[in-house]
Amino acid sequence: MSSKLVVNSNINGQDVEFLIEPQQSLLEILRDAFGLTGTKEGCNDGNCGACSVLFDNRLVNACLVLGVEIEGRKVVTVEGLANINELHPVQEAFVVEDGLQCGYCTPGFIVSTKALLDQNPDPSDDEIRFWLAGNLCRCTGYDKIVKAVRHAARLMNEAR
Amino acid sequence: MNNSMVSMDKHRSVGTRPERIDAKEKVTGSALFGTDIMMPGMLHGRILRSPHAHARIISINTANAESMSGVFAVVTANDLPEADDMKEKLGESTINYKFLRDNNLASDKVLYVGHAVAALAAETPDIAENALELIEVEYEILDPVLDVRESMSTELKILHEQLRTLGSTNDKSTNVAQHIHHVKGDPSLGFDEADVIIEREFITAPVHQSYLEPHAATATWGKDGNLTIYASTQGAFVTRRQVSQLLQYPMSKIKVIPTEVGGAFGGKNPTYVEVPASLLSYKTAKPVRVVMSREEVILGTGPGSGTSIKVKMGAKKSGKITAAQAELCYEAGAYPGSPVDPGSMAIFAAYDIPNGQIDGYDVLVNKPRVAAYRAPGAPQAAFACEQVIDELASSIAMDGIEFRMMNAASEGTERINGKLHKSIAIKEILGIIDDHPHYNEPIQGPYQGRGVAIGFWDNWGARSSVDINVNSDGTVNLISGSVDLTGSRTTVAMQAADVLEIPLEKVKSSMVDTDSISYADTSAGSRTTMATGKAAVEAAYDVIGKLKLEIASLWNVSIDSIRYANGVFSSNKGKDTNMTFQELAGKLSGQVTGHGNVNVEDWAGAGGGTIVDVEVDPDTGQIKILKCTVIQNAGKAIHPGQVEGQMQGGVVQGIGWALYEGYEYDKNGKVLNANLLDYKLPTALDVPNIDAVIIEKPFPSNPYGARGVGETPIISPAPAIANAVQKALGVRLHRLPMTPSRILEEIGITSE
Repeated sequence: MSSKLVVNSNINGQDVEFLIEPQQSLLEILRDAFGLTGTKEGCNDGNCGACSVLFDNRLVNACLVLGVEIEGRKVVTVEGLANINELHPVQEAFVVEDGLQCGYCTPGFIVSTKALLDQNPDPSDDEIRFWLAGNLCRCTGYDKIVKAVRHAARLMNEAR
Repeated sequence: MNNSMVSMDKHRSVGTRPERIDAKEKVTGSALFGTDIMMPGMLHGRILRSPHAHARIISINTANAESMSGVFAVVTANDLPEADDMKEKLGESTINYKFLRDNNLASDKVLYVGHAVAALAAETPDIAENALELIEVEYEILDPVLDVRESMSTELKILHEQLRTLGSTNDKSTNVAQHIHHVKGDPSLGFDEADVIIEREFITAPVHQSYLEPHAATATWGKDGNLTIYASTQGAFVTRRQVSQLLQYPMSKIKVIPTEVGGAFGGKNPTYVEVPASLLSYKTAKPVRVVMSREEVILGTGPGSGTSIKVKMGAKKSGKITAAQAELCYEAGAYPGSPVDPGSMAIFAAYDIPNGQIDGYDVLVNKPRVAAYRAPGAPQAAFACEQVIDELASSIAMDGIEFRMMNAASEGTERINGKLHKSIAIKEILGIIDDHPHYNEPIQGPYQGRGVAIGFWDNWGARSSVDINVNSDGTVNLISGSVDLTGSRTTVAMQAADVLEIPLEKVKSSMVDTDSISYADTSAGSRTTMATGKAAVEAAYDVIGKLKLEIASLWNVSIDSIRYANGVFSSNKGKDTNMTFQELAGKLSGQVTGHGNVNVEDWAGAGGGTIVDVEVDPDTGQIKILKCTVIQNAGKAIHPGQVEGQMQGGVVQGIGWALYEGYEYDKNGKVLNANLLDYKLPTALDVPNIDAVIIEKPFPSNPYGARGVGETPIISPAPAIANAVQKALGVRLHRLPMTPSRILEEIGITSE
């Protein structure tokens, strides 16, 4: 039985301190220790993107990051995007464009889209599809997701 | 039951694109799926799975695992009562409870790699995982049979000694669970009349539904004997039924609470984790959650059938088909129940064929027991039929659409199984394809080709339940026994709102547990928006009827004199007052409830088609999808945005079947690609925008004319792509998936 370690981090803008076993993934910590179940497990080996989160503003699969790695770093999950009364423009766009069906992959797509638009505010369809190739969706066929990303880009550019 | 159509002037919500009721919860990550359920004191359950494809279980020793610190209980098939040898229709497939029991926890034999053998509950997932290694299972390894044709002829590699072929008089052990046989007219005479005959054999790999959410259930067995299960399932009631049968426990004491479901596509009808979770909760007196890993999902849950299909068709030079024959051999996996029956119904369903014969075989192999997968059995059948159709057309130098049009089925056409087509729209679909700019624009470059295919699916009706409670502020609560897989809470509420003549925002629509409403069949067969929508319409009419009674007594007039239009009650007798729905609601006790319990026995199938352009790289064998248009008859698109989504999603799954997906086995029956890297699903980069064309030929028995839409779009993409590849390369592929190495083999380059 391994001994637990203390980790200090910032998750969704809150400073947090927690105990963790060294083998635990960031995904386990987010879901089991913090109840942030918006970050989903689809494969646990980095192939589906359902656990996409921002790690110091970089898009990562939380299943491939060890919990101990977030010591002194910032993590943003889907729960960290919306204000209490207002959706993030990316979320708003996915709602308006019907960019979801079952909704299980949706948080991953939302976080991934935010990461894209933060660095490329006006992506082409090809750029959107290339960027989102790390997120699997089995329901939508991606068409309405791509439209939602374009819509989100418009909303965010209007707000600038 | 009210069989009349809802009048067109009441279509306020229906036909529009309102925001989905569950959308905000899902985009914020707040929606709770089966994998998200957590309970105080909850234990984590894990399942031990067989490493062998075929073996007899000699012994299972759980003592070491049980004594490990942090482990609370271990269960095996010995903890389950004997199950009845009883078959029942469950969604689109049938289930035998004895076999289901053995599939949940193997008793005497394991029949595929990944077959569940034991389950345990521990304090943490890590402890549970590690404890699995301490369960000792002694196996006597047997030879597996993996090929469907080999399995049909083998007398040695028998999965179930007691099994005999249904539909045959042969009293020998066999792996053929059923033989289906349909004949129409005189097939041999029909082939004699033909000027051209094409006969081909096709092979398709087993493919997984690949919902992103793994199977998950959390069970709590209370001290009072009441069992509560949160389940990611397509049907709360069918899950309750299976758990009740397998545990021999009264249905009244089992409450199934459906969670949000992260995709299902047919695969979340059978139980896998619910029963082990319940047994473990019973033994530990704690809540137990069992969530599968992706590997377990691929190894242990139902794929769609791998198949071997022979098709022979003959036609006159004039273009008329004279005869068709098909032999469909479908893998059932470890237990009977492949979708060969619906596959047999679907294979020639789009055509009017005077003479035909269909033989379907349900064949056991040492692979996971198949589950329904979106239009079960039909994509495999269409992959075969639609290629032979294309070849026949080109062999008589006729345009493929013209040839299909000449032979298209229509209302009243007798099918090979003797059934008559109801209202269908095959000819309309072909007409739209023929006129579509995509079909008529020139091909852009070398190694490019355009293919077309059509498909037909019968859909389903069945039982649905909806209650509507009227609140004193004029809002209503609509509850439904149907699980909402991809938006039916919204589409069902839209139909009720229009009958009630209130805005959709005034309807709160929820799915509820099995204690709270009467029985509903599972959400499958493209039925929910159509059949549960009909239940909602019934419930809404029931509300209006009851409100008319209330207002008649309030105004002291006869109920016949009450009119309800545009959300306002009025009477034409002695009373000139009006009252709105909301005003009346305010005067009521708050106890007006409308019930809608329907068993939809009259429903209609839906046809669809795909136009696709491909480009093949002759050096790598890679197929790129350049452009894709999908056409479908929705009857009435209740929410056109959702219908488009079903069509686009179905097509992309079909592209996955066509190009990437398929289980790969070694000779011992080990799956070589049980992860989402090696079992490749289409990504956003692999597919173009999918142009969805909805046509609306109403089905008269539905209040809005709606038909099922979810399944049809997966049927025609694979054959359309194969037909396009033929145009691009001049070679025809008879095997799915059409991987680069298979393309290279076909054009004479063997890969090493």
